[in-house]
Amino acid sequence: MNVSIIRFPGTNCEFDTEYAFKKIGAKTDIVWHKEESLPKNTDLVVLPGGFSYGDYLRSGAIARFSPVMKAVKEFAEKGGYVLGICNGFQILLESHMLPGAMKRNENLHFISKFQYIKVVHNDNKFLSKTKKGEVLNIPIAHAEGNYFVDDEKLKQMHEKGQILLKYCTKEGGYDNPNGSVEAIAGICNENRNVFGLMPHPERACEGILGSEDGIKMIEGFMH
Amino acid sequence: MKAVVNIYLKEGVLDPQGKAVHHALHSLGFRNTEDVRVGKQIVLNLKGEMDEKEARKEVEDMCEKLLANTVIEDYTIEIVK
Repeated sequence: MNVSIIRFPGTNCEFDTEYAFKKIGAKTDIVWHKEESLPKNTDLVVLPGGFSYGDYLRSGAIARFSPVMKAVKEFAEKGGYVLGICNGFQILLESHMLPGAMKRNENLHFISKFQYIKVVHNDNKFLSKTKKGEVLNIPIAHAEGNYFVDDEKLKQMHEKGQILLKYCTKEGGYDNPNGSVEAIAGICNENRNVFGLMPHPERACEGILGSEDGIKMIEGFMH
Repeated sequence: MKAVVNIYLKEGVLDPQGKAVHHALHSLGFRNTEDVRVGKQIVLNLKGEMDEKEARKEVEDMCEKLLANTVIEDYTIEIVK
């Protein structure tokens, strides 16, 4: 599998992401945001975490207009797989490639800690290696992760199985670190080829880091 | 010509910053505040060739495309000569 990892000015998770995907046997390219096309044979585009354009105006608001985003959008429209992690998720929201928007965390803190998340739907490429209802332990690190979507859109997303991950306790009970609507941590588009989540799977890819659950998440793309 | 753009979270979208400021005001003894919304103001210095109507239209376009996220935010535009 060929993974293209996009680097914007201010991105800081590109090497962790590369490490995680290399670990599962993928070939990786780090692609500068000024590029107007993606490397040939790209199977998956990852928009990694960080602080693109210093989070100025709103997280992801300026990165959305980088030249490479046009190619990413075209790639997704043709059915290519796109994964946005943390700031990458924010960029996908600002690009309208995923529905909704991010607000400041309810408690206004930058939250950086391990967090349990629950798989709501696994009938998609991204979570195909996880089980429905499975609880995963994955770090979160963000100030703007308070996911908002209006009731009407939320209803549609439920009907189409677009709510993929929710924050939870170790036992799978309700937990909501940042105030997100229905404690949503990750979603996909209607066609289930564009995915976004606030937790960082690439930071949980070996035991020494505290969890290997992240591997299970990204491995789905390999098959 | 100047354009002053004010951006706030929409009514009905909970504003975490506004809520925190409201709480702080309350604990300082300012009990007459019912609700606080925190927004941002963007001041644009525009080139002189446009008339007010054209300027407003262009700034509106800027708001829709970049300055505001209309999923959660509302904006107002004031043109100052």
